[in-house]
Amino acid sequence: MKLEFTLNGNAASWDGPPVTRLAAALRDDLGLTGTKIGCDAGDCGACTVLLDGRQVCSCLVAMGQVSGRSVETVEGLSADGEVVAALQQSFLDHGAAQCGICTPGMLMAAQELVRRNSKPTRTEVEDSLGGVLCRCTGYGKIVDAVMDVVASAPVTAPPAGEAVGARIVRVDGPAKVTGRDLFGADGIPGDALWIRVVRSPHARARFELGDLEPLRRRLAAVLTAADVPFNGYGIYPDIKDQPVLADGLVRYRGEAVVALVGERAEVMAICDDEVPIAWMPETPLFGVDAAMADDAPLVQADRPGNLLLKGGVKRGDMAAAFEGCAAVAEGTFETAFVEHAYIEPEAGWARRIGDRIEIHATTQTPYMDRDEIANLMRLKPEAVRIVPTACGGGFGGKLDLSVQPLIAVAAWTLGRPVALVYTRPESMAASTKRHPARVRARFGCDAHGKLLACDVTALFDTGAYASWGPTVANRVPVHAMGPYAIPNVRTWGEAFFTNGPPAGAFRGFGVPQAAIAHEAMLDELADRLGIDRLEFRHRNALRAGDTTATGQTLTHSAGLAQCLDALRPHWRKAHEEIAAFNATGGSRRRGIGIGCMWYGIGNTSMSNPSRMRVGLSPGGTLTLYSGALDIGQGSNTIMVQIAADAVGLPASQFALVTGDTDLTADAGKTSASRQTFVSGKAAEKAGQDLRQQILRLANAGPDAVLSLDGATLSVRDGAEVRTIDLATAGPLMGEGTFDPPTTPLDADGQGVPYATYAFAAQLAEVEVDTELGTVKVLRIVAAHDVGRAINPTLVEGQIQGGVAQGLGLALMEEYLPGRTENLHDYLIPTVGDIPEIECLLIEDREPLGPSGAKGIGEPALVPTAPAILGAVHHATGVRVHRVPLLPHRLHEGIVALKGKSQ
Amino acid sequence: MGDYLRPRGLEEALQALTRPFTVLAGGTDFYPARVGRSVTEDILDIAGIATLRGISETESGWRLGATTTWAELGEALLPPLFDGLKQAAREVGGRQIQNAGTIAGNICNASPAADGVPALLALDSEVELASRHGTRRIPLSAFITGVRKTELRPGELVVALHVLRPLNDARSAFLKLGARRYLVISIAMASVVVEVENGKVAAARIAVGACSPVAQRLPDLEQALTGARFDARLGERVAASHLAPLSPIDDVRGSAGYRSDVALVLLRRLLSKVAA
Ligand SMILES: Cc1cc2nc3c(=O)[nH]c(=O)nc-3n(C[C@H](O)[C@H](O)[C@H](O)COP(=O)(O)OP(=O)(O)OC[C@H]3O[C@@H](n4cnc5c(N)ncnc54)[C@H](O)[C@@H]3O)c2cc1C
Ligand code: FES
Ligand code: FES
Repeated sequence: MKLEFTLNGNAASWDGPPVTRLAAALRDDLGLTGTKIGCDAGDCGACTVLLDGRQVCSCLVAMGQVSGRSVETVEGLSADGEVVAALQQSFLDHGAAQCGICTPGMLMAAQELVRRNSKPTRTEVEDSLGGVLCRCTGYGKIVDAVMDVVASAPVTAPPAGEAVGARIVRVDGPAKVTGRDLFGADGIPGDALWIRVVRSPHARARFELGDLEPLRRRLAAVLTAADVPFNGYGIYPDIKDQPVLADGLVRYRGEAVVALVGERAEVMAICDDEVPIAWMPETPLFGVDAAMADDAPLVQADRPGNLLLKGGVKRGDMAAAFEGCAAVAEGTFETAFVEHAYIEPEAGWARRIGDRIEIHATTQTPYMDRDEIANLMRLKPEAVRIVPTACGGGFGGKLDLSVQPLIAVAAWTLGRPVALVYTRPESMAASTKRHPARVRARFGCDAHGKLLACDVTALFDTGAYASWGPTVANRVPVHAMGPYAIPNVRTWGEAFFTNGPPAGAFRGFGVPQAAIAHEAMLDELADRLGIDRLEFRHRNALRAGDTTATGQTLTHSAGLAQCLDALRPHWRKAHEEIAAFNATGGSRRRGIGIGCMWYGIGNTSMSNPSRMRVGLSPGGTLTLYSGALDIGQGSNTIMVQIAADAVGLPASQFALVTGDTDLTADAGKTSASRQTFVSGKAAEKAGQDLRQQILRLANAGPDAVLSLDGATLSVRDGAEVRTIDLATAGPLMGEGTFDPPTTPLDADGQGVPYATYAFAAQLAEVEVDTELGTVKVLRIVAAHDVGRAINPTLVEGQIQGGVAQGLGLALMEEYLPGRTENLHDYLIPTVGDIPEIECLLIEDREPLGPSGAKGIGEPALVPTAPAILGAVHHATGVRVHRVPLLPHRLHEGIVALKGKSQ
Repeated sequence: MGDYLRPRGLEEALQALTRPFTVLAGGTDFYPARVGRSVTEDILDIAGIATLRGISETESGWRLGATTTWAELGEALLPPLFDGLKQAAREVGGRQIQNAGTIAGNICNASPAADGVPALLALDSEVELASRHGTRRIPLSAFITGVRKTELRPGELVVALHVLRPLNDARSAFLKLGARRYLVISIAMASVVVEVENGKVAAARIAVGACSPVAQRLPDLEQALTGARFDARLGERVAASHLAPLSPIDDVRGSAGYRSDVALVLLRRLLSKVAA
């Protein structure tokens, strides 16, 4: 049916079935991919547009209802001739867009408000944005951007040599606030075939495929395990245990079984029941107890006892030391499967070009994807080109392959572009999760509150496949004693296969789970000895000069004590305010808690080099070739800032080529908080290399000042100015590589697992409704030793976003296969759940890092849950042993405690 | 691909219903139930029927048109009798959902956690149903019969909800408990309408949602409040025994025992709130 309506102020017409969702029509038929789809169910708000001036989810509006009305999308926000509207500029200036996938929806929701009310209050802004989820920012900068539309003054570009430390606007920001940035589902060619994956409804089952011929006749292809040249993948070179398509056996609910390939409408119209699969369900193994049981069936045939890995760290004489402790605390803490819930579901497309396959998909790790696809397809790595799209959030979840193998296999065999976009339930069922952990901890100290001994055992549920399980099991023992100097340590980690979803990488690789345990122990010991909880931590904090449990002596940049010093005034003041509040009585009680953490930057005891290049073309284009993927955290901007100062030219003169494996060198994966430290160092070296070449050409000294004007490069050395004509000097290319120095860990976990560590301390103030069991976090103050903040706005963005995820981990997030597979049953924090988050940046320079920088991505999340749980204990006396602390669980704890005290 | 009808008049819509159609109003329950599937049913889109929309005052009370959205309700000028319903309207989803979702959609979808239902039960509202053969009215309490089950017959549409003008001055309030702020399915919610005469409760109507397959009125509590002084101590009259009509279950959002406990707390607070 042909429909007429107004689109961004212009007459528009559209033809198609009127029941088509407005979001789909905008994106697929009208070419406006600025409107994003995160769930197709009204839950995420990424698709928010204005309909007759009111915000609606365009995924819930039938095109039939649009007829004769006015639709406004992000593409229409700026007036003709305007680069960006004031609201968009405010988003840029405040750093309100990180990955940018929620940004169009946020902007449109905000637009409904600011059009009526240009100076809204915080509550009005929250009410207006309450229906749009953001997983990256923690909302603070978005709220500020909307409140200050009028006030915001454009941020100025820093001159040459002053980019590092400046709050420059993210280089990819304009594309994000205008809806021009292309994510995994945004650039799919019109002639692409589509895949729909048939997934297992069972957590554990054998199956047989029936006659697929009738389906094959209807479709372009029906792919099964037999169609994948090498049907196994996995993070580790020696563990390729996960099939692209299951082969007669499924090990978790949501595992891919059959891929239907054909015209989009055709594959979408086929229901799962039309695909002949005979299921023979078996009793699934859930949880580590079931996996460890003597008679437990195996999840992986070659893994006796369902054990993936075990290992630990031993130092001193832990058992003897406990004997001499004046106080000992112990407890067991459990966490759930947690979903990354990036707002962009996995998506991408592939095409075959001659004997090469080209993959355009959302990812965190182009080079690993390249090598893995080559392995799966039995091709040479050079035959695979990965062209990463913009990534709408990753948090570790897009380190594993998702759509890539199926689109590659299909495009390769069919010779046509093939696309796959996960639905939200599919994304949640198929993708990896945070490892559920059971952490048993015992900590002891002397009468003065000096920690003497700790014993931690962490059991992890790694789900059906190994994924990043070994990384978690290795990293946790190194961190499980917390950021404290403890002479006698035993830490141990074991990971078990179950029929849960594969647990993989998620911001912190198991360390957040362990931190819940060690911080609870510190609180208990402090309380027992009557020492202030902050001072107790200060007394035990690892400092430069201390030796860690792995035997590594920290020579520099161990700023935990400084973080605690920075928190102290806030801590003391809050204590007074809380005491005054609680003295008034009533069912609401407030509390304050503190969490500390340390985090090794980069891979654990493994080489993880980055290589970067900076080129200067004969035409005078200065380009950073960066394989470091920006998944919203801001590495595109940071690499440019670092490289600019290393070369000595302004950041604003840089062009950026990023991610494409044909055009950039391997800068490793965006994980382990490593990009600023490792790739940043490589960018610095590359910039320095280019500068050296220039200085040599100009025969100038190290302090010479460069300026670039078109193809003319001027080098001013003292009073002398030399010019280089780039057209004749030819292309120049600087290159830099950095691999952080580490050593392997021995059987007792002794060695140098990381070249440097980030440190942090956060405090949380909460209000508990003791009758309902609900927790409202009132305030977070986060002090982070980042070495050096290359871009403070981006660092704050990472902290605030990490805190928001930590809050979710503590209070609401629990993935239950088959039960919380969407964004209304699986809850992540909304704008109304996140308090104001104050960031205190501590810069204890790391000599190895670029300008002294370390990392911030994961450290931001780790201390939050412990701080919140400590605050809940302070408010109620309930020690929380299981997260998420859903209202009914806290209520139970409060009731039990009352029972005891009566 | 099925048919898609978007009539402008009610007659046309009712005539179409000689054969089965899926009714589409705000779409906020319709589309989420169809993620990743192509929609092939025949659709009757009632959102364009002007007479089904909006709130009007009648001789006996108020008529709330079926496709009145939560946002329209929240912004409408209405007496304090409707405060509870308006508070509920502002707690449905987020702004986008309030701008699209309709009151009839909420009751027809018949979710145990529908936020509009306790408030509309406390208003003692009646559902007006129309078909080619005429119209009928039934109390909302009789209209919703179970989880996702209603008295709607083939060929019928909900055209409006009716609220009678109370004999006395009336106040009302609503409270919702969810595990996060905004966009959250209720763990429990409650709504109350109190008629006040000479500083005393002349009549009270109270309903609790998400604690039974269908939200329930609490007649014993209503009885217990009648005649009580209308002041902040009203909440103290709530007793656990008043919750007998509820039958909460365990689910991902909360345990049954928890629901019983918090229903009590919500009711006490609700009554203090309405009397404040
Ligand atoms: C993200 C999100 C959050 C939500 N949050 C809440 C919440 O907090 N609280 C809450 O209660 N609900 C919530 N909902 C559910 C939903 O928004 C409401 O139930 C809404 O009122 C439904 O109205 P609608 O017009 O959109 O219904 P539709 O989706 O159009 O229709 C719903 C059902 O009712 C039938 N129907 C609709 N109108 C009529 C009629 N006049 N006659 C006969 N049948 C009819 C339809 O056939 C369909 O079966 C939420 C939904 C989403 C997507
Ligand atoms: S895509 Fe529409 S709300 Fe998520
Ligand atoms: S910036 Fe909001 S989801 Fe990424």
